[in-house]
Amino acid sequence: MKKEIRICGFGGQGVILAGFIIGKAACVFSDFNAVQSQSYGPEARGGAARSEVIISDEKIGYPRPTGVDLYVAMAQEAFDTYRSDVRDDTVIIIDPDLVPKHDIGRPLYKVQVQKIAEELGNKIVTNIAMVGAMTGIYDLLDKEAVKKAVIDSVPKRFTDLNINAFEKGYEAGKNARPE
Amino acid sequence: MKYERDPERIRRVLGDKVQFIQGDMAVTYGAVLAGCSFFGGYPITPASEVAEGAARLFPRVKATFIQMEDEIGSIGAVIGAAWSGAKAMTATSGPGFSLMMENYGYAIMTETPCVIANVQRTGPSTGQPTLGAQGDMMQARWGSHGDMEAIALAPSTVQESMDMTIESFNLSEKYRHPVCLMTDGEVGHLREKIVIPDEDEMELVERVPATIDKEQFIPFTDSQTQEGSKVPDFPTFGTGYRTYVTGLTHNEKGFPATDKPPDHQRLIKRIVSKITDDREALTNVEKIELDDAEIAFVTFGASARPAESAVRMARKKGMKVGMLRMKLVWPFPRKVVHDLSKKVNTIIVPEMNLGQMVHPITEYAAKDCEIISAPKVGGEMHLPDELFEILEGV
Repeated sequence: MKKEIRICGFGGQGVILAGFIIGKAACVFSDFNAVQSQSYGPEARGGAARSEVIISDEKIGYPRPTGVDLYVAMAQEAFDTYRSDVRDDTVIIIDPDLVPKHDIGRPLYKVQVQKIAEELGNKIVTNIAMVGAMTGIYDLLDKEAVKKAVIDSVPKRFTDLNINAFEKGYEAGKNARPE
Repeated sequence: MKYERDPERIRRVLGDKVQFIQGDMAVTYGAVLAGCSFFGGYPITPASEVAEGAARLFPRVKATFIQMEDEIGSIGAVIGAAWSGAKAMTATSGPGFSLMMENYGYAIMTETPCVIANVQRTGPSTGQPTLGAQGDMMQARWGSHGDMEAIALAPSTVQESMDMTIESFNLSEKYRHPVCLMTDGEVGHLREKIVIPDEDEMELVERVPATIDKEQFIPFTDSQTQEGSKVPDFPTFGTGYRTYVTGLTHNEKGFPATDKPPDHQRLIKRIVSKITDDREALTNVEKIELDDAEIAFVTFGASARPAESAVRMARKKGMKVGMLRMKLVWPFPRKVVHDLSKKVNTIIVPEMNLGQMVHPITEYAAKDCEIISAPKVGGEMHLPDELFEILEGV
């Protein structure tokens, strides 16, 4: 088993943290191997950013994705920029509010993760809501493992907020159907 | 400056035994575990996270972090700290490594144990700061003027970034020689799982201190207390052992002997042969699928990763392909490469440069073994498919 995941958005949204959490859930709180790599522009905010995770039950040689099994986008520019190597069977998850132009002639999962975060009172946890949605939609990692990785990776004083975002995102992901 | 390495404090500060961290941070972890008590550095992409980690962790283990004014100052401070008894290191990338070359030679000449982590990026000059490369392999070997030997390791994974940092300190202490940890922007920025070794899972080497009667002490000669060792006992500053430290050719007492050929010959032959005498013992390679291989990749560092993927692809198709990975690149593992070249028909050398390690490989390979250089520059790793295509063309 080897799964390649790309999470993209704009700089400052926390896509790298999202990839980091997925990688940590896979190899610290589950029994997989994982590598996470990233690429981003020099800007602290804005610009397309991406985080890539490979999860495997075997040793991982080449550490960058050669195809994408799961493609997650949280910004229009990133969705357009990093979509070139998705395959027909790639699972795609987007936030339709952040990626309004997503009609690419095939079904994809739409989860309003930013709205979830805003309803919890802080847009900053949009990425964690997306981690929850990914966990709910893509049947790979155990929910509890990802939750542990979230708790382990966010500032202690924001644990509750992040866990709420994760849970709501997970729930929304579980209920989502490709459309 | 006597540093008391406190294993319990170190483990408390480093945290969980299993973590998911970046290669650069793993270098910092390795330094802390090794008992490094001084980090002098200047931030530079893609090595900045090593210094950032040291700035965060070193004070918490009662070690010293100092951000110097530049890379020349950094390695100067490291050399000074080493003479005061510290295990000391710096971390940099291409442009900083170039600036350090003069003092690199000074550390070799004065037999100063220290570690230089070079998180390689493309060059020459400022090149591509955020992208990985392996273009400084020859600089580690020959970057200083004059005759020298080098000790350099090349990690392929985050785990190895930590383990090989510990090993770098061990070798620098053992041989009283600067050791280059030749990592790169690719491995340095990758996050992977690491397992932090417990105290009984690590071997730490300390330099042999001068203990002989002070009147009889000779600072730059074969060890006076260890039979057969060409590495002098170390007279830590402040312990009362009179030592004159200079980059000029010096006699055994340490005083300049700039017009005496025999003194230069004796000094340089000793500081080179203290390493080359141990070439076989130092050789550290990983062999993958080599038993029946007819074609072999000879690799190191990041480029070993796509090469290993290509080996797996080839094996699935029944091709007899293997890989030799040099964990320690300098001193060059002549014998193991030569022996391999007599067994296989073809050696392929993928590197993230225009062809550097292919030169010693060609020099020490049997003459009837075909050597194919597979260079790639531009800041990208080889794709497994690219290497597989080369295999198919053999």
